[in-house]
Amino acid sequence: MSAKTGVGAPVLRKEDFRFITGKGQYTDDINRQDQAYAYFLRSPHAHANIKKLDISAAQKAPGVLGVLTGDDLAADKIGGLICGWMIHNKDGSPMKAGAHPALAQGKVRYVGDHVAVVIADTYAQAKDAAEKIIVDYQVLPAVVDMNKAKSAGAIHDVAPDNVVYDWHLGDKAATDAAFSKAKHVTKIDLVNNRLIPNAMEPRAAIGDFDSGTGVYTLYTTSQNPHVARLVLSAFVGIAPEHKLRVIAPDVGGGFGSKIFIYAEETVCVWASKKVGRPVKWTADRTEAFLSDAHGRDHISHAELALDDKGKILGLRVKTKANLGAYLSTFSSCVPTYLYAPLLSGQYDIPAIYAEVEGIYTTTAPVDAYRGAGRPEATFLIERIIEKAARETGSDPAMFRRKNFIKSFPHQTPVIMAYDTGNYTASLDLALEMADYKNFAKRKKDSAKNGKLRGIGFSAYIEACGIAPSAAVGSLGAGVGLWESAEIRVNPVGTVEVLTGSHSHGQGHETTFAQLVADRLGIDIDSVAVVHGDTDKVQFGMGTYGSRSGAVGMSAIVKAVDKVIAKGKKVAAYALEAAEKDIQFKDGRFSVAGTDKSLAFGEVALQAYIAHKFNGQDLEPGLKEGAFYDPTNFTFPSGVHICEVEIDPDTGTTDIVKWTAVDDFGNVINPMIVEGQVHGGIAQGVGQALLEGAHYNADGQLVTASYMDYTMPRADDLPSFDVGMTNTPCTTNPLGIKGCGEAGAIAAPPAVINAITDAVGHEDVPMPATPYAVWQACQKGARKLAAE
Amino acid sequence: MYAFNYHAPKTVRQAATLLAKNEEGKVLAGGQTLLPTMKQRLASPSALIDLNHAEGMTGIEQKGRNIVIGAMTRHVEVATSAVVKNAIPGLAALAEGIGDAAVRNRGTIGGSIANNDPAADYPSAALALNATIITNKRKITADEFFQGMFATALEEGEIIVKVSFPIPSKAAYEKFPNPASRYALVGVFVAKKGSDVRVAVTGAGSNGVFRSKECEAALASRFNAKALDGVKVAASGLNADMHASADYRAHLIPVMAKRAVEKATAK
Repeated sequence: MSAKTGVGAPVLRKEDFRFITGKGQYTDDINRQDQAYAYFLRSPHAHANIKKLDISAAQKAPGVLGVLTGDDLAADKIGGLICGWMIHNKDGSPMKAGAHPALAQGKVRYVGDHVAVVIADTYAQAKDAAEKIIVDYQVLPAVVDMNKAKSAGAIHDVAPDNVVYDWHLGDKAATDAAFSKAKHVTKIDLVNNRLIPNAMEPRAAIGDFDSGTGVYTLYTTSQNPHVARLVLSAFVGIAPEHKLRVIAPDVGGGFGSKIFIYAEETVCVWASKKVGRPVKWTADRTEAFLSDAHGRDHISHAELALDDKGKILGLRVKTKANLGAYLSTFSSCVPTYLYAPLLSGQYDIPAIYAEVEGIYTTTAPVDAYRGAGRPEATFLIERIIEKAARETGSDPAMFRRKNFIKSFPHQTPVIMAYDTGNYTASLDLALEMADYKNFAKRKKDSAKNGKLRGIGFSAYIEACGIAPSAAVGSLGAGVGLWESAEIRVNPVGTVEVLTGSHSHGQGHETTFAQLVADRLGIDIDSVAVVHGDTDKVQFGMGTYGSRSGAVGMSAIVKAVDKVIAKGKKVAAYALEAAEKDIQFKDGRFSVAGTDKSLAFGEVALQAYIAHKFNGQDLEPGLKEGAFYDPTNFTFPSGVHICEVEIDPDTGTTDIVKWTAVDDFGNVINPMIVEGQVHGGIAQGVGQALLEGAHYNADGQLVTASYMDYTMPRADDLPSFDVGMTNTPCTTNPLGIKGCGEAGAIAAPPAVINAITDAVGHEDVPMPATPYAVWQACQKGARKLAAE
Repeated sequence: MYAFNYHAPKTVRQAATLLAKNEEGKVLAGGQTLLPTMKQRLASPSALIDLNHAEGMTGIEQKGRNIVIGAMTRHVEVATSAVVKNAIPGLAALAEGIGDAAVRNRGTIGGSIANNDPAADYPSAALALNATIITNKRKITADEFFQGMFATALEEGEIIVKVSFPIPSKAAYEKFPNPASRYALVGVFVAKKGSDVRVAVTGAGSNGVFRSKECEAALASRFNAKALDGVKVAASGLNADMHASADYRAHLIPVMAKRAVEKATAK
């Protein structure tokens, strides 16, 4: 082990060689013998009853092995897809969850909904055959506008008014009391735009049933293969867990969208037994747009109560959250427990009351997308804070500083107990890096060139390291959110780290190896990370919500420490010393006060040959496992400052400067962390300036390709100035907080605060396209003329 | 993609014969529109008549006071041509801004003009520069050639062979891209040749490329960016979609025209 590869070193990613040389093994790279192909016939209508489904011609088409429908699922007693988090209404009653069959059973509920699957020798044959399926649709009204959904006609019979739940959090009476004392109330209406995840690798699946053993294998693009197996076994009923192996090989980006258990992989694994052949499906990009779970999509009204000194007294929030046509795997918790508990932001807010209605619409399901609830909360709080500062004539930095939480631990009025933080430190560093004091001069210079310059702040917080199992259980989660790890030491001292976390871009093969090599004092190349296969790793909850570091690595450390403890016992026998005298440091077990020592690898060999001890006193071998259940969320925070220049003639926004100061606690690999920050900001800027899913009134997805859906490109973004502060997390052994979502959470309000600053009024939607900003400039100009 | 027959004629004449024989056949040039459309099963020609092997359809030359470009000449060749850069730098710059490098390496000037996509760049250059479109049958002026969205004067079996651009005294193109596709939301090509000023607009019109009378009138007396100050373009007949209203497009036309004139008159 050297300082170059230890914890804190910017080690180059071990996995990149195979990725950039085309040696990655993604699901679509895997081919099974005699593999057949699935094509899903999808609904062209947003909402329709299926009066008749005639598959007879398709069944006879060339190469077709099977045409399967919702009736076949029912006949095989295959259950529907589930939502794993129960939310209760204000009155204590449970949410209204409609059934979610993997193939339609009498009704389709969004464009792209799965009507039938055709399995054929080739993909083209499957697609050709699907054109021969005759569907008699009775078209029903689309439900697209959340504000009109209650009277639009039921999408699911269980929810006649299309309201899934009417939920709340916080103390209404205390909040009303705070508002009654207010000297100033700032009000804001916000839309958090709907996003389509667009991972580079589209979703894919191969189902492969082995009739010899009765074991199903599912290769799938998953962020959490064990959860997929659990759901497919225990709820969908494909096969018991010991007869179902789920492999999530290299996965090319997830951003949340590959957490969920979808219809396609369910059907592929089920159908592989029915047709007696492995069944492969790979989404094309249009299918990805139509059927990947979308993100965000909130309409909110918020009010902030201030006293006469500009101190915040209370916050009231009313949000409508679009959940789409079906409840996806974790959808219900995103606009509730991943959203409202973050509404305190970095601020000392004595009273908060939030109400959230989850709404069914005839659109693709909406679920967690990078940040999941936390970006929506941060956008709301950071927009209303900025507006409040402007309305009270306060400097936005000073206004934030005045209201920051300054002592820790801090209990917010909305569940969360922040263990630690230093918000002023991030703000100070960000102001310095952004050269805030000279902003006015820069604004003047821009004005001379006919440009509008603006500056926007975002002081964000997020809750990562999801999550203490008992706590989430009490809030309705159907699973525990611990993580597991196993350290297998080979006889010559190389190490395999088996983890329940899953890497789909995060670089775990590097950072986990860094941690283990550092801890064991061995070479980083002696450590391999194994993940993504339910046959290899006992169990795991997967990767999302920046939990791989705070939770996954904590489990690894626990297991490593058990290995060291066992190693000490082995070393005591081998070195003929008392166990209490054995020390472990820099990869060597030594006897205190002597020059007798053994390297880690030598002790491993002793453990396996077991010549120096007998099996009654000590078990041979060197392999330890651990489960780690966190005791709290972690609370990364930071301040991002965005500076924009707007061309009022076209409405084009140019981000001229981006300052990011983040407090992620301790950092394993600063290069990877900085990469996460860059990617997060790019996604956040995407939401703020470029991306917006748009359904028309008929429920057709207008933005179903890159012709209309704007992904961020390199030339949309500036170079980022990234700084870090560090107040280590106090509730996990590594002091890690997590960095995966920070940029995506911080960026949108920073951008919109900068644009609204530049154009001089608050009504700027996301995405703030040139057209939207031009309209805002027109309104701003009218306002200035009126003054 | 559905199955189709493939032909690779060696001459334009053979291509025309094949086109006549294959009623549902389509001419394949660079394939940057046709092939994606076929892949999405939105087009299903019975045959592709591939011009990529036909002789005499590529190349750029100056003939007197004209730049003549073979129909199968790729965008990248126009963008990097010393002849074009010298004679009509605005045309080279336009070609350099089409799509991305992959598109420019395959896409052709003839294909773009024949397709007449309402947001394509080349039609604006052809119209503003008063180009002549030379087919296997005749010569067609740009004013006659472009007949509305995806509609041209080309008849059955007619194939563009060359495009001839009179060399202007000043010309430039300015494009405001659709944020998603980066096609022209509004693209304006301005050209001055003698006392003749032509301003062609792509991307904005609901009926394809058109000439802006308002901008041309303002620039006729004085080919100067300031001449466009205060010029208003009517929004009627302009596209409206989720990316831009007709009003916004109308507003952008003189803005882009002004920037194009600034470019054309910059020394």
